[in-house]
Formats: sequence, C-alpha cells, structure tokens
Amino acid sequence: MKMIEVKNIHKSFGSLKVLKGISMTVNKGEVVAIIGPSGSGKSTLLRCINHLETIDRGSIYIEGQAIATEDESGKSRYVSDREIRKICRKTGMVFQNFNLFPHKTVLENIIEAPIVVAKMDKRKAIEEAEELLEKVGLLDKRDNYPSQLSGGQKQRVAIARALAMRPSIMLFDEPTSALDPELTGEVLKVMKDLAEERMTMLVVTHEMGFAREVADRVIFMDEGEIVEEGPPAEIFTAPTMKRTEAFLNQVL
Amino acid sequence: MLYMLGWLNVIGEYVPEAWKPMLQYISRIIVPMAEGTIVTFQVFIITIVLSIPLGLILALGRISKFKILREAIGLYIWLLRGTPLMLQLFFVYYGLPNFGIVLDSMTAACIAFVLNYAAYFGEIFRGGIQSIDRGQYEGAKVLGFTYWQTMRRIILPQVAKRVLSPVSNEAITLVKDTALVNVIGVGELLRAAKIAVSRDAVTSPFIVAAVFYLVMTFVLTKLFDYLEERYAIYE
Ligand SMILES: Nc1ncnc2c1ncn2[C@@H]1O[C@H](COP(=O)(O)OP(=O)(O)OP(=O)(O)O)[C@@H](O)[C@H]1O
Ligand SMILES: [Mg+2]
Repeated sequence: MKMIEVKNIHKSFGSLKVLKGISMTVNKGEVVAIIGPSGSGKSTLLRCINHLETIDRGSIYIEGQAIATEDESGKSRYVSDREIRKICRKTGMVFQNFNLFPHKTVLENIIEAPIVVAKMDKRKAIEEAEELLEKVGLLDKRDNYPSQLSGGQKQRVAIARALAMRPSIMLFDEPTSALDPELTGEVLKVMKDLAEERMTMLVVTHEMGFAREVADRVIFMDEGEIVEEGPPAEIFTAPTMKRTEAFLNQVL
Repeated sequence: MLYMLGWLNVIGEYVPEAWKPMLQYISRIIVPMAEGTIVTFQVFIITIVLSIPLGLILALGRISKFKILREAIGLYIWLLRGTPLMLQLFFVYYGLPNFGIVLDSMTAACIAFVLNYAAYFGEIFRGGIQSIDRGQYEGAKVLGFTYWQTMRRIILPQVAKRVLSPVSNEAITLVKDTALVNVIGVGELLRAAKIAVSRDAVTSPFIVAAVFYLVMTFVLTKLFDYLEERYAIYE
C-alpha cells in the first residue's frame, strides 16, 4: 500500500525554484532515507508532504487520500483545511530543533495533542504517554521541563510526542543534526526500534551510517530533483549517477 | 478603614506631643481620601479588566491575514498612542455630547482609559506573539492543532510570560494615570487631596495621597513579582 505518493511537485520561494518536479512513493512499513547536499530541497519536500509548505504544481496523496491534486492547467488545488488537517494527522513529524512546548512538562507535551486534538480521555492519555516514555527511556523525566533536558533527551520526547497521536507515517527532518555527536546514538537507536516495528518512515538525514543500515531505500536529491534512488547497498557502493558519486565522495 | 483609624490611634499614643494635631487632622481627612482611593481603584480595575482582553483582540487582529483589519487597527493604535490621554478624556466627556452621546464623568473616564490602554496592551501583546518561534506553530500544526487551539494552548501561555514585565510597567503607570480623571470631575484620590488642601490650607493631604498611591503600586509590584516567579519554573 502506498502511504505517501507525490507526483510531479513543484515549489518556488519567490523566484527560487526549490522543488522541480519531484515524484516518489513510500510504501507501508518502508523506511526511506533522503540524502543530498545542503539546499537541495530535502526539508522542503518533507514540509510539503504534511502541508507546512504549499506546493505550486503537482499532487500529494497520503494513504491514497488527496491533499492536493492538479487541475487542467497543472496548478495544485488543495482540499479544505479541515480535510487536510484530518489527513495529515496520519503523519507525525520530528524536527531538527525539536519544537517542544517549553511551558509544558515532558508528560504534558505528550498528552496535549491526544487530549486537545484527538479528544482522548486524560487518564488514558497519561497512561499511553507513560508507555511511550518508557519506550524512549525517559519515564524518569516525565515531570521535567524541556529546558532541563539534553538535546538527545529532547528529541526522544519529541518522537514520543509525535507517536502519541498514533501516526501511521513518521517524517523526520534531520533529527540528529542539532545534537552533540555523542548524543546522536540514543536518538538513532529509538528510530531503529521504530523501524523494526515496521513503522513507515521518511527520514531526511546526514547520518549515512543510519541510511545504509536502517533504510530500505535511499533517495538522493540535488538542486530540487531526485537524481537517483535505490536500495542503500546499490546507492552507496555502486551509484549510477555522477552527482551521487560526487556527493558520496564528499560525505563518506 | 476602621482598622486604619484604630492604627492611627495606636501610634497616636506613642508619638511626640507636637505631632498630635497633625495626626488628628489626618484622621479627619482620611475618610474622604479613602473614598477617593476607592474610585481610583475602580477606574484601575475596570481599565485593566477590559483593556487587556481588548488589547489581545487588537493584537490578534493586527497580525491577522486581513490587510484592511490590520491597517484599521494600526490607525487606531497610532491615534490612541499618538495623542494625550487627557485630550482623549476631554473628547469622550465634552466632545461626544455633540454627537448625541452624553456620559457621566465616571463612565467617560473608564471608556477613555480602556480605549487608550487597550492600544498600549495591543502593541505589547503583538510584540509578544511575534517573538514566539515559528517552530512552536509548526510543532502544534503537525500534531493537528487548529489555529485557535494553537493560540490558546501553546502560543498565548508563552506570550503571557514574556509580556509580564511590560504589562506590569503599564499597570503601575495606570495607577498614577488614574489621577488624570479628576480633570473631568471624577472624585478620585488626588481630587480628594486637592479639596482638603485648598479648604484647610495645609499640604499633608498630598503626603497622605502619595502614601495611598505608594501602597497600591507596592501591592501591584509584589503581585507581579509573584507571577514572574511562578512563570519562571520552565526556564
Ligand atoms: N521559507 C523559505 N523562504 C525562502 N527560501 C527558502 C525557504 N525555505 C527554504 N528556502 C530555500 O530553499 C532551498 C532549499 O531549502 P531546504 O531547506 O529544503 O534544503 P535542505 O535540502 O533541507 O538543506 P539542508 O541540508 O541545509 O537542511 C534553500 O536554498 C533555501 O534557502
Ligand atoms: Mg533541511
């Protein structure tokens, strides 16, 4: 089943063309890593998928439901805001800078959306949040504020917060880039556990080790285009395109 | 009030003979001055209670996506912050009757103060809202929050903390600004003092008034200190 499908999407910021006709799919249970140089449009692609940015042309489907479709002239038409909100709730997102709510404790960060958005009973929300905290190894931090946590702990809370809405797809935008090198491991471990549970994941990352080891498929992007995609073994050892090779030589 | 009079009597027993007439005088004027203080306090409370929500509405309108609304509120804020509060008082009390709106002095005073302070609070809140990182909106949006849920649950609680200190400044300024309403004949604290001063040809009522103002601003300062401490837990 196609969890995410984007077709021929174009996106510009003013006169700057950032996405130039991207098409891709992510299947159920698949872990897809997006790699590529800075400024190639990786974050923008992710942000278009869950409507943090709007596209100019092309179409986007999540679990087969359209968020945006193309009209006769090729321009994108979005469905209603309510509809978008409903469909995008199937996705959870983890940001580079965590974006935790600083005025809420760890537990409150996690139960906020289930209670306010999903109208879950508070007791049940707390129960589930504690299970998630256990899973990311932070149950002892439940009553701390984000400012009292390390970067790696913050990111694990952010993952738990996203999971609390029971998404069927998780989007990660460089979840470890803001972390000190010694803290990336604990976050990658949580992501690996998720992958083992067959969570569908789309991960923008600089961590080539993670992409190689965990991803089922790697997409290499450059200058707003998908240059090449394939299983990590192929991409990392025998890239077919010069641009991929040049990039890998730089980062490996 | 009785408590204060009793208190004056108590110190009355321990002070030097020479001070006694003054204390006796103060205990005579203290009742009208306390009545003035109550009026001052009313103007203060009404202004705070109404201008803060109104200011919040102005701030939200000022950052809304409707250009006409944004500009209309911009004009409003410019007018209200760009002219003297006393002029606005005169306008509401003496000017509006020309348009068929006749108000008693207390109502006119409160309207002018609420409209004026809402403009200031509006700008404070707008700055506070705009100082919140865009990531907070995005974090809420990807969890499925609507705009209003995001504002109410995520953004405004953080704004409250950030604007606490400018709001506290405004509140303290307001305590003292209330003295202005005596120009349209509202019988507040300063007016009570002035009446006593001109009737009895003494200056002590001014001192008493100063003490009343100081007590009010002291209580406010303590209140805001307490709030700031409470909000400090998360940073
Ligand atoms: N909101 C925006 N307004 C204007 N330009 C933007 C905006 N967001 C991104 N861009 C530009 O779009 C281009 C692609 O940005 P994007 O963040 O998608 O790249 P990226 O591949 O994620 O890079 P990095 O690896 O550095 O995160 C960049 O040139 C960037 O400056
Ligand atoms: Mg990026």
